[in-house]
Amino acid sequence: MPASLWRIGVWGLLILPALWTIIGLQRGSLGPDPVEALMIASGIWALRLLLLTLAMTPLQGLSGWVWPLTIRRQLGLAAFFYALGHLLVFAVFDQNLDPAAAWREIVEHKAVWLGMLALALLLPLAITSTRGWIRRLGPNWKRLHRLIYPAAILAAIHFGFQVKADLREPLIYGAILTVLLVVRLPRGWQRGSRTPGHTTIS
Amino acid sequence: MARLHLPLIPSGEITPEPVYLNRRRFMQVGTAAVLAPLLPSAQAADPLAGLAPLSSRPGPFGANEPLTDIAAVTGYNNFYEFGTSKTDPAENAHTLRPHPWSVTVTGACAKPANYTLEDLLKGQALEDRVYRLRCVEGWSMVIPWVGFPLSSLLGRFQPTRNAKYVTFTTLYDPEQMPGQRRSVLPWPYVEGLRMDEAMHPLTIIAVGLYGRVLPNQNGAPLRLVVPWKYGFKSIKSIVRISFDETAPTTTWNRAAPKEYGFYANVNPAVDHPRWSQKRERRIGELFRRDTLPFNGYAEAVASLYQGLDLKRNF
Ligand code: HEM
Repeated sequence: MPASLWRIGVWGLLILPALWTIIGLQRGSLGPDPVEALMIASGIWALRLLLLTLAMTPLQGLSGWVWPLTIRRQLGLAAFFYALGHLLVFAVFDQNLDPAAAWREIVEHKAVWLGMLALALLLPLAITSTRGWIRRLGPNWKRLHRLIYPAAILAAIHFGFQVKADLREPLIYGAILTVLLVVRLPRGWQRGSRTPGHTTIS
Repeated sequence: MARLHLPLIPSGEITPEPVYLNRRRFMQVGTAAVLAPLLPSAQAADPLAGLAPLSSRPGPFGANEPLTDIAAVTGYNNFYEFGTSKTDPAENAHTLRPHPWSVTVTGACAKPANYTLEDLLKGQALEDRVYRLRCVEGWSMVIPWVGFPLSSLLGRFQPTRNAKYVTFTTLYDPEQMPGQRRSVLPWPYVEGLRMDEAMHPLTIIAVGLYGRVLPNQNGAPLRLVVPWKYGFKSIKSIVRISFDETAPTTTWNRAAPKEYGFYANVNPAVDHPRWSQKRERRIGELFRRDTLPFNGYAEAVASLYQGLDLKRNF
């Protein structure tokens, strides 16, 4: 299959949760508080996609397949878009597009602040996710993109802070994230294979 | 005098809604038209099907605001005894058996005893009370309760001078309340009020909503409703009432003392440590609206807290 078709197919899959949610909104099947449903759907998909992104390198290392690395950047970019959608819902419906109120809410509440920080860390990664930037940044690209680790950690903590008493779900996501970070500690596989597009030995 | 009809009649034999409901219907239709695109769940089957109608008379303090759709009132609940998601109670509460039911009354009163539900309701004139309900999570509803003042119930037990607080306890029975198999909260659920709060005319015991007997997920067969406090104070499915000299340690306060206080008065000036309480989303509306001090009941209740530092006593 040509690479571009493959990419389009992957985007097609990545857009499904958003599509599903929008259809739900249209049909009114999101329940009595559709805004909260939007916050939850966008937030949880951003987090899932971040974890999926982080799973690609170990998956490649374990299986020897190459495709996980070819979709990794797409997954990461999709995570960013879902998080951006999450921020948008927050700004428009939670804060009534009142920038002063939104700002107060962000700075006064640790939970929201952590989410904002996670998104801020993802921003440069999203911008530099193109082939052009990979070429321009060279070995620094990889260094820069390690920001996904703190971003994912902050996002997972942010999730934990939103919950009132039932920590089950955040703990599951936290556990998966921990595994994905821990498997990176031993340098079991060559670092070179982690760079998308081309291989560099740093 | 109004009587509570227990829903022992097979649903097929239940007579159509009382005429008085027509007024409500009219209001609902008005709301429904506005909210239709948001709440198509309203098209779903009658969520109150099978629940006996109650006859009641209009009571004081009605909130003159559009009622929240029945589907939301009965399908979007926090009742952790049946699970922690908002849809869990409606899905799981069928295991609760609200009849027969009894309530143990103990503590500083002249008539402690085990009372059957029928005993408790005997002679209580049921009233309609349309109240705003503000959840500590930042959403709100307008609910037409059917009930009676708590004071008229407590008065019968003849509390003594030592009764400074009233403590309520929810049923503990993991068979009927499967959510209690997990210790997300210290079970059983306990709530309490200062005596003057309990005797305040706004405070009611609800036995129904929307003109029908309470659905299980809303706290059948009897629950507290304290409209100027966050929703978690309005304890559901009560099995025990105790008159105490000291304030009880309430469930959410025990679970997270820095986040949930004993008073839990709705207060836009005091944020929850993790989120703002300045605004709320009225279920059915898209944008948030300002939260009012004491949930809009300040005129009636603010005097209860004169001289109390509401920032510290949150
Ligand atoms: C990478 C970035 C982010 C991720 C992965 C993320 C993820 C999540 C998740 C999983 C939830 C929990 C939903 C639930 O209750 O189950 C959540 C809730 C929330 N997030 Fe984020 N978030 C991110 C960024 C942000 C940002 C930038 C903001 C706002 C400035 C924000 C504000 C909120 C708020 C207010 C809630 C509570 C929503 C509600 O319960 O109604 N988040 N987020």
